[in-house]
Amino acid sequence: MTDAPKPSAPNVGLVKLFTVFLYVGATSFGGGVVAYLREHLVVRQKWLDEDHFLAALEIGQTIPGLVSTNISVIVGSRLRGVKGAIVSALGMTLPGAISVFILGLLYEQFSGNPEVRAMLHGVGAAAVGLILAVTLQIGSRALKQWRDLGILLAAFLLVGVWHVSLVPVLVVLAPIAIRLNRPEPGVLADYHARQAGSRTASQSPPAAGKPSS
Amino acid sequence: MNNLVRMINVFALLSLLAVGGGTAVLPQMKHEVVTEHHWMTDEQFADVYSLGQLAPGPNMNMVTVIGYHVSGLAGAILVLAAFYLPSCMLVFVASRIWDRFEGSPWRDGVQRGLAPITVGLMLSGVYAIGRTATLNPDHSARHNLTTVAITLIVTVILMRRHVNPALLVLAGGVVGWFALRMV
Repeated sequence: MTDAPKPSAPNVGLVKLFTVFLYVGATSFGGGVVAYLREHLVVRQKWLDEDHFLAALEIGQTIPGLVSTNISVIVGSRLRGVKGAIVSALGMTLPGAISVFILGLLYEQFSGNPEVRAMLHGVGAAAVGLILAVTLQIGSRALKQWRDLGILLAAFLLVGVWHVSLVPVLVVLAPIAIRLNRPEPGVLADYHARQAGSRTASQSPPAAGKPSS
Repeated sequence: MNNLVRMINVFALLSLLAVGGGTAVLPQMKHEVVTEHHWMTDEQFADVYSLGQLAPGPNMNMVTVIGYHVSGLAGAILVLAAFYLPSCMLVFVASRIWDRFEGSPWRDGVQRGLAPITVGLMLSGVYAIGRTATLNPDHSARHNLTTVAITLIVTVILMRRHVNPALLVLAGGVVGWFALRMV
């Protein structure tokens, strides 16, 4: 694991990296942050091509954490190593954090006021609509088979209804879900054969252990 | 152990449990903040979460308000750091290992396997906030009818049209200001 940027990565200054993420962090309202990131990183700055962006999105969604912050770390580290990851994540997060902080100060001041309470009730109901819509959209794409619905319901009942702590739920459910989606033995054998082939061809040392079932 | 240390522990763990984004840890966050440690009431937690939807960037920056509410400015900064640093460090390491599994059929299996769990957890997040903000037994029937209508209308609009969601959240606030005052 080296700190050097990938050789194919364009030469981007740290300040530029920070300001682009700061701009996205300050203008991406309402949850669609991934679309804003793609627009700026792929279309405008051309720091990444579409494939690299999708790969970053894939990692950002699989690894725990907020997807937008994860992508900023991945892209920043790809372009400028550790320092790039730090300035990108700060740029992505700071504008929103400062805005929410100011809203929070106002909240502490005015939350007893009946008009403000009424407004907050409306804001809260609308915010539920927002996350429900995002959940339904992601859900309609994620559900491919009936057994996916079983896993979904198990996660919802355990965590949402019965308040079981997330750690045991993930420790039990994630391996089951991954096991159900394990690659076909043929596909896996092909992959390992190709890996073995390319390894001897390139004379490189063997890669670290693959995750096993 | 004082509140600040407890908060750092709670939010650092939540950071590492946020599979598929922040909404997935909402139920556990609410449980820790409201039921376990009494840092906020149910109502305050829903308020602060909703406020967070009005700001740009990642949608869980509102953790900073929880930190401020409990321990002032130090709480605001430390909770924010505790909630972001662990997952940022994890993804930094993971993105460098990830390339090694390029083309591995397991990558696809892990993603397809985790997706329904993520959606189930997101749904739990909707339920956790919805029970306070949308359908709340402590509120009058008229109040609940209005909030259910706001939630459903926002959901339907967002499913069908590309509207800036923050504008809809603001519109919900305007409706609330006029319709939810006396009920």
